[in-house]
Amino acid sequence: MAKKLRTRKHKVVLNRSAGGDAGITLMLTLLGAFMFLPMLYVVLQSLKPLDELWMFPPRFFVRNPTLKNYRDLFTLMNTSWVPFSRYIFNTVFTSVVGTFGNLLLSSMAAYAMAKIKFPGGKTMFKTVRTSLMFHSTVTAITSFIIMSALHLIDTYWAIIIPAWATSLGLYLMKQFMETNVSDAVLESARLDGATEFKTFWVIAMPMVKPAWLTLIIYSFQDLWNKGSSIYIHSEQLKSFNYAIGQIMAGGIKRAGASAASTVIMMLVPIMVFVISQSNIIETMGSSGMKD
Amino acid sequence: MSKKKAVIRSDMTRAQWTWKEMKRNKVAYFMVAPYMLIFTLFTIVPVLLSVVISFTDFNLLEIPNFVFFDNYIRLFLDDDIFVIACKNTLIFAIIVGPASYMMSLMVAWFINELPPKIRAIVTLIFYAPSISGQVYLIWGTLFSGDSYGWVNGILLDLGLITEEIQFFQDADWVMPLCIVVAIWTSLGTSFLSFIAGLQGIDRSMYEAGAVDGVRNRWQELWYITLPSMRPQLMFGAIMSITSAFGFGGVVTALCGFPSVDYAAHTIMHHLDDYGGQRFEVGYSSAIAVVLFAIMIGANMLVKKVLSKVGQ
Repeated sequence: MAKKLRTRKHKVVLNRSAGGDAGITLMLTLLGAFMFLPMLYVVLQSLKPLDELWMFPPRFFVRNPTLKNYRDLFTLMNTSWVPFSRYIFNTVFTSVVGTFGNLLLSSMAAYAMAKIKFPGGKTMFKTVRTSLMFHSTVTAITSFIIMSALHLIDTYWAIIIPAWATSLGLYLMKQFMETNVSDAVLESARLDGATEFKTFWVIAMPMVKPAWLTLIIYSFQDLWNKGSSIYIHSEQLKSFNYAIGQIMAGGIKRAGASAASTVIMMLVPIMVFVISQSNIIETMGSSGMKD
Repeated sequence: MSKKKAVIRSDMTRAQWTWKEMKRNKVAYFMVAPYMLIFTLFTIVPVLLSVVISFTDFNLLEIPNFVFFDNYIRLFLDDDIFVIACKNTLIFAIIVGPASYMMSLMVAWFINELPPKIRAIVTLIFYAPSISGQVYLIWGTLFSGDSYGWVNGILLDLGLITEEIQFFQDADWVMPLCIVVAIWTSLGTSFLSFIAGLQGIDRSMYEAGAVDGVRNRWQELWYITLPSMRPQLMFGAIMSITSAFGFGGVVTALCGFPSVDYAAHTIMHHLDDYGGQRFEVGYSSAIAVVLFAIMIGANMLVKKVLSKVGQ
């Protein structure tokens, strides 16, 4: 015999003990502090004047905040051997071209795999899904051999072309299309005489906006955070992240500027995530694996 | 509209039927071709090539000779550092993988019933370290080996130690610290997937559960929540395993390469050492193949475990 249920406004109130609530809040606060305090410390370090960066005992919070570290960073940028704007251009260029190519190629392939039944489609998808298990750094050396055979070494394309076909991008896109694009709508478009490309581009793509926003963000974050790469030797082609790393390696005198550069580097992915969070969560709703 | 319907006909062999279906769906092949071409070149071929090269003595310069299992024999019998690397990788993976997985799941579950605005902020706090590039270097500042490092400074000031601890140069400290930093950066894709999975569970299932005698939130979690999000749990597991096995970069950035006494030397480092520095590509490919095998094994194990959830 089930016990009498508590109801509020005709809705069943779920069993929630006060002790459990308190325990969960405490756990969440502790874990939250562990996650957040180091991030906060980076920001505070970047605002500390030199004497506060090197004081004993060190203080967590900043007493006289200053933007001097940020000014120093820009001065340092101007003294670099290759103009700093070149590094920024490299990162922006590879990020933008890589991301849009990935969006186009991955969603087109995902559409075919999700919405057209053709021999081999399932096998292809399973292969891509299996490759989610492999970290790309494991195959760095063999990729290098292939890149040099294709004469891609030391060009932007060594960074861009592999980014056009990411496993995660296709996986998320295909799963989302499967659940969120109705076959009936596609079928009626085909009956009206639309080609498969047109059906994909005009009908299906607008219906999966959260998925392609997610794909853009993942791809962009990945490319944006790329540091030095074994495929690139020329200083002129190296990334913003690599150049920032060089500033950080400058030692004690540059501690402030390096904190400032970390803040600038992390600001971009964080802002992008804040703007698009709800779309990403929506996409992840269909990320699950059935078998 | 018989053109659109696929019918299995008895007057055709399977091969003929497949060929017909392929021709009928030509356009699908055009659509997957660009992606599959690049995917094959830069994901499938490198994996297969690693397996092939692992049986040779390829060194990028000379024509490779076929050496059968020599690389593997050397790896398992003659390479003491590889044994250390295996041990460290397993310790990392066994601690970081499950810890980050459980933490992602717990936090996603904790924040599930919070109001949407607060949930969005908490999500950002937990997710930010994993997307912020090299921000983990701040742990190097916090645990810096001089008295200006925050932790050393506090401990010295309180009189708990008399001399700075060289955290990242001390074999006893390197592993635990790298594990902490790895966990800190690991709440990524699986975390978001769990949040979405929890949000997607139909509330009426909980109400039905309450009627059926689910007494508290723990029972609810085990009997209703986790079984309903098994697909997300599976996806999250794969993402967690992949990153737990592949994060050598954090160690190199914090402890240098090689780490002191190889205390945090992982298979990933060993691979990079032979492949990227000594150009013993054949040998490093054998290391890569071993790593592949471990990753696949770990994934199969996790699949087994997850099928037990809610039973």
